Amino acid sequence: MSVLVYVENTEGQFKKSAFEVVSYAKTIADQLNTNLVALSIGQVANEQLTNLGGYGAQKVLNCNGIQTFDSQAYAAVIAEAATKEKAEVVVMANSFSGKGLSPRVAVKLKAGLASGAVDLPQINGGQLSVKKTAYSGKAFAMLALNTQVKVIALNPNAFQVKENSTSATVESFQPSSATSRIKVKEVVRASDKISLPEAELVVSAGRGMKGPENWHLIEDLAQALGAATACSKPVSDAGWRPHEEHVGQTGIAVSPNLYIAVGISGAIQHLAGVSSSKTIVAINKDPEAPFFKVADYGIVGDAMEVLPKLTEAVKAYKAQS
Amino acid sequence: MKILVCISNVPDTTTKITFTNDNTEFNAAGVQFILNPYDEIALSRAIDLCEGGKGTVTVINVGDSSTEPTIRKALAIGADDAVRINAVPQDAYFVAYQIAEYAKTQQFDLILTGRESIDHNGAQVPAMIAELLDIPSVSIVKKLDFDGKTATLSREIEGGKEVVEVDAPFVASCAEGVAEWKIPNMRGIMSARTKPLQVIEAAATEQLSKINQYQTPAPRSAVKMIDADDVKGLVGLLHSEAKVI
Repeated sequence: MSVLVYVENTEGQFKKSAFEVVSYAKTIADQLNTNLVALSIGQVANEQLTNLGGYGAQKVLNCNGIQTFDSQAYAAVIAEAATKEKAEVVVMANSFSGKGLSPRVAVKLKAGLASGAVDLPQINGGQLSVKKTAYSGKAFAMLALNTQVKVIALNPNAFQVKENSTSATVESFQPSSATSRIKVKEVVRASDKISLPEAELVVSAGRGMKGPENWHLIEDLAQALGAATACSKPVSDAGWRPHEEHVGQTGIAVSPNLYIAVGISGAIQHLAGVSSSKTIVAINKDPEAPFFKVADYGIVGDAMEVLPKLTEAVKAYKAQS
Repeated sequence: MKILVCISNVPDTTTKITFTNDNTEFNAAGVQFILNPYDEIALSRAIDLCEGGKGTVTVINVGDSSTEPTIRKALAIGADDAVRINAVPQDAYFVAYQIAEYAKTQQFDLILTGRESIDHNGAQVPAMIAELLDIPSVSIVKKLDFDGKTATLSREIEGGKEVVEVDAPFVASCAEGVAEWKIPNMRGIMSARTKPLQVIEAAATEQLSKINQYQTPAPRSAVKMIDADDVKGLVGLLHSEAKVI
């Protein structure tokens, strides 16, 4: 018996969300009184792999024979590792790639799947009950998994990284078959941009910005804070900002530590996507804006005037701390 | 070219979500149901690809007869025919299994879905269908071109995008950007009434997961208003009180 955690790398590096899933899986392994085995697919340096021991992995399987992502091939590798390690629970990130991967793993293992998990499972005999998001952030569901093997895909920013000094042994893992039928032609990653679903701080703006020409004010504040930028649906629909930045019910759901909403009225569809943010700041010139009902801090004022001052105040704070 | 688009019947995005029966069931009273917005955008792309007699678009839904208005909406937008698997969905695996069983009897080049449904947000069905059919799948697709044999797709990844090439048949889950929304015209609405809608009984399969209870998010504490001239005060509170910076 074991818990298997698939650890996703970004260009050979493990990022915070990777340590989140390992920490989460370690806690489950402790609850089940069993070992944690990590699996890495792709080229990752040995010291990075050993590093996973710092979060509780006792063994790290290193499958470095596959270079590019294909959910079908990756799922075959994960399922084979799970079978080899007699995994009871398989954990992975509910990332963009993870969303294409965990369902395939679940089908291969005939496992119940909880995706979008936001908390540790409740364990009741052979049953796991997992709290997951539902209705696009407007609710949570307690999902019971009764199958022999269970798969959990953890949302980013839902579980705190926990250091847990274990010494991990790295083993090479060569799966019996994993053919890729998808050819990766190009990967474009803006290195200076913070990925929105994983961001701890988000500065988001709506039509109150009046036009794309004023977005430098949002970018300046985001840069001062080290935050990702986001926007409301009308803004992405109008083409002021790319669709990737659209946060809300039909866009991306985020759960950062801090969400600053500038010039967004707070329609129910938008609020659904941000309601699990830990702290919300709303800046709006309309004192009746619905966003103030869910915000922790509010400023009534014109974004064009408030933003430069706020950016300066953040810079001053950063300079002295 | 034959394209299958999987559609889901979901509460309208403006719905205030409540539950009944000791929080075990979604309260559908007075709720308007719509075609899942992501599925709608997948359907729009499928219709574009088949434009000018290049192919046909079939929509499939797993649901009881209450989902038929949503199926007719898809036909009004421009799907050629529809299939309804007559069953109340039990979980994502159940839905994927039904669709895969149907797809096995046909020869679809592409199977398109939305990136996720806005009710359960599992994003599970597309990749499950692909695994059940043993074909490739690409998730969260923002661009999809297809020459009848090979497709070029752009999919979202953390902080960027990945462009991939894959031969049909495959499954793609679609997101905003893949197509423009289509508004059904009068001709579409009229013809939707007479387009074929086939009802098929569900195949027997297991249920692998079950929702035992729902919870609504804890209410947030009251907002603290800060004067627009006191942004310094806000930064201070974010540091000392909220502890987020």
